[in-house]
Amino acid sequence: MNDVFAVSAAPHIKQRISVSSVMWQVVLALTPALLVGIFFFGIQSLFLTLYAVIAAVTTEALIQKFRKVPITISDGSAVVTGILIAFNINSSSPWWLPVIGAVFAIAIGKQIFGGLGFNIFNPALLGRAFMVASWPTLTTAGWKATTPMSNLFQSSINGLRNLPSNVPDVITSATPLGVVKALRDTTQISSDMANTVMDNLTSMNTLQDLFWGNIGGVIGEVSAAALLIGAAFLAWKHIIEWRIPISYIGTVFILIYMFGGINGMFSASILLPIFHILSGGLILGAFFMATDMVTSPVTKRGRLIFGMGCGIITVVIRLIGGYPEGVSYSILFMNMVVPLIDRYTVPKPFGQIKRV
Amino acid sequence: MGLKTFPGGIHPHDNKSFSKDKKIETMPLPEKIVIPLSQHIGAPSKPIVKVGDEVLAGQRIAEAGGFVSIPMHSSISGKVTKLDKFRHPTGTLVQGIEITSDGEDKWIELIDDSNYMELISKDMKDRIADAGICGMGGAGFPTHVKLSPPKGKTIDTIILNGVECEPYLTADYRIMLEQAEDIISGLKILMKIVDAKNGVVGIEANKPDAIKLFKTMLKNDKNIKVVGLHLKYPQGAEKQLIYAATKRKVPNKGGLPMDVNVVVQNVGTAIAVYEAVRYKKPLIERVITVSGKIVKNPKNIKARIGTFYSDLLEFCGGTTEDIGKIISGGPMMGFAIPSLETPMTKGSSGLILFDKKEAHKEKEDVCLRCGRCVDVCPLNLVPSLIAHHVRNDDWDSAEKFGVMDCMKCGSCAYVCPSHIKLIQWIDIGKIKVNEKRTNNT
Repeated sequence: MNDVFAVSAAPHIKQRISVSSVMWQVVLALTPALLVGIFFFGIQSLFLTLYAVIAAVTTEALIQKFRKVPITISDGSAVVTGILIAFNINSSSPWWLPVIGAVFAIAIGKQIFGGLGFNIFNPALLGRAFMVASWPTLTTAGWKATTPMSNLFQSSINGLRNLPSNVPDVITSATPLGVVKALRDTTQISSDMANTVMDNLTSMNTLQDLFWGNIGGVIGEVSAAALLIGAAFLAWKHIIEWRIPISYIGTVFILIYMFGGINGMFSASILLPIFHILSGGLILGAFFMATDMVTSPVTKRGRLIFGMGCGIITVVIRLIGGYPEGVSYSILFMNMVVPLIDRYTVPKPFGQIKRV
Repeated sequence: MGLKTFPGGIHPHDNKSFSKDKKIETMPLPEKIVIPLSQHIGAPSKPIVKVGDEVLAGQRIAEAGGFVSIPMHSSISGKVTKLDKFRHPTGTLVQGIEITSDGEDKWIELIDDSNYMELISKDMKDRIADAGICGMGGAGFPTHVKLSPPKGKTIDTIILNGVECEPYLTADYRIMLEQAEDIISGLKILMKIVDAKNGVVGIEANKPDAIKLFKTMLKNDKNIKVVGLHLKYPQGAEKQLIYAATKRKVPNKGGLPMDVNVVVQNVGTAIAVYEAVRYKKPLIERVITVSGKIVKNPKNIKARIGTFYSDLLEFCGGTTEDIGKIISGGPMMGFAIPSLETPMTKGSSGLILFDKKEAHKEKEDVCLRCGRCVDVCPLNLVPSLIAHHVRNDDWDSAEKFGVMDCMKCGSCAYVCPSHIKLIQWIDIGKIKVNEKRTNNT
């Protein structure tokens, strides 16, 4: 008997799952949204995504080589970061924008902390925050609706065309959330007018456009439907879990319903929360960024608290903050308190005896 | 059929089809056996024979080493040929008694006490203790100890564990189909011993014929329930089974089923109990599953305790490919052992053989903090956190976060995408915390 038998601790069987299978499935789940982005904004979207991915992967490899640690670019995590960076810019951006965003995300957002598993912030969101802060005009302002189909939305705010000329221009060329923001902030629009615009925004037509993607916006946020298909796939594969996205979106729904109306508490129509959920980066953020394993709590209660915190901060920024959109900052902020949340939400072991 | 279950758990492929339809076969007498003196939880047994002694099948060859211990019996007739250290199914080396067969299988005299149900509780318990019975599901706790609750604790329910949630294993399934009557008699004895009003037989949903059979056989016994359980691992873990069947939660930090007025026994143990009380037959044989993709004829084998795994495998026609890993017990909680020259014990429920590919081990990656281990932990622990503290030699924190509560079911390691050896880390933590506790006292 010269055979050598493997000896190891139990269990001796293992689910077929690995870090790279998780990451590549996330890539697959992001594909529908990318395809919709290409459909609405043209092939340029694909190129921008490729630049971001290549920049992210190259940065990861170079830094790992420099740090003399194993190069793990095949695990797909840098690819995910690259795609998410590209999803956060609009299709008319110059080629270097996603490249710089991706380099920043990987270098400062991830590798500086020690690489995958050790980063505090979601790297892609940190990259986005960096881009927004450095080139605000390129990233947030001047969203372009490049297809004729987007006119549906345009027509829904046509009522604003007759406004006095000193009303900020931003309204007529803005994203839906920008319009809402402007309506809340300006005093130069009559309340009748404001109500009409609000009604138009929450009309079934607008909501349908938001859902399918007939709106201006950044590459990855354009179609809620495509993102939800990807999210459903990840949920089916048990890669994301319901607690974070549902508590996040649920919190936004409730708070917007309570405080979102322009005529005081509970003045919003029930469609306004839906408008808020479908607009901006909420779907992308709630299903693909807040659920980032590394930067969200491990405990079940912790995930609920994390999602609610994201929801509260998002609503606060959207309704009273300086930006029309608050998803990325809310998640980044909650990323910081994850260790704290984990610390205070360790579950009670099965059969825990009550202290006497 | 309203199935019951517990929170958490996993769904591994059960791989029972290799052996589940194979009737129990009796193994021909082996030439040589080894009776290890530690087949149970508690003090090792003390040998009372010496090399050269002639023994009969069923003859006592070692005394219980204390109250929490059991006596050992020779499982064949022959001559004691060696007292030495032998390989144990948990992988370690322990003291054992080697007996070489005379080929005649001469037994001690058994009785047939058909009025066994008239015996008083203490006599029944004595027969069980004399027969050397310990739990046959794996842990091997002496049965008579489980049936002796301290003053003030009462038992109202006996649960028979017919769950067999470990993949591959089918031994309990086969005995439920082929020896249902003995199992029920055993259950009634157990209920009488502790004066329990209720009996429960818990069976997992992947054995519908066993559930049906027991329901039919027990339809006139109003106080015995058959409970169908969801197909989920570790449904057969004691605390999880008790919770599913009665909604009672056994306290953590060393709580026992008797704290919630329950005793759980394996179905195999129930048969041993019945045979001990009625026939005074010692526990010297049991049914074991030999299975795996590479086993030529996977079987459920009734074999004498002490039979070598190599003999069992030979009885199954050997393997079709090179063996990569030998697993004693089930693949989730069993032990990988370095040699087939290992005797089966009273707790041996299976011998599983993996080929080289199945034995392959992945490299440990960093923790992604995905929380899958938290989602599946049936004891509501945070396995990744415990492993993290053990890795950093922080035994106090490991203890605080429940390393001692872990039952090592392995669900967390099964789902970990980073292939972190959570159970190995937790095991180290348990050892270190125990060391610390011993040093403090």
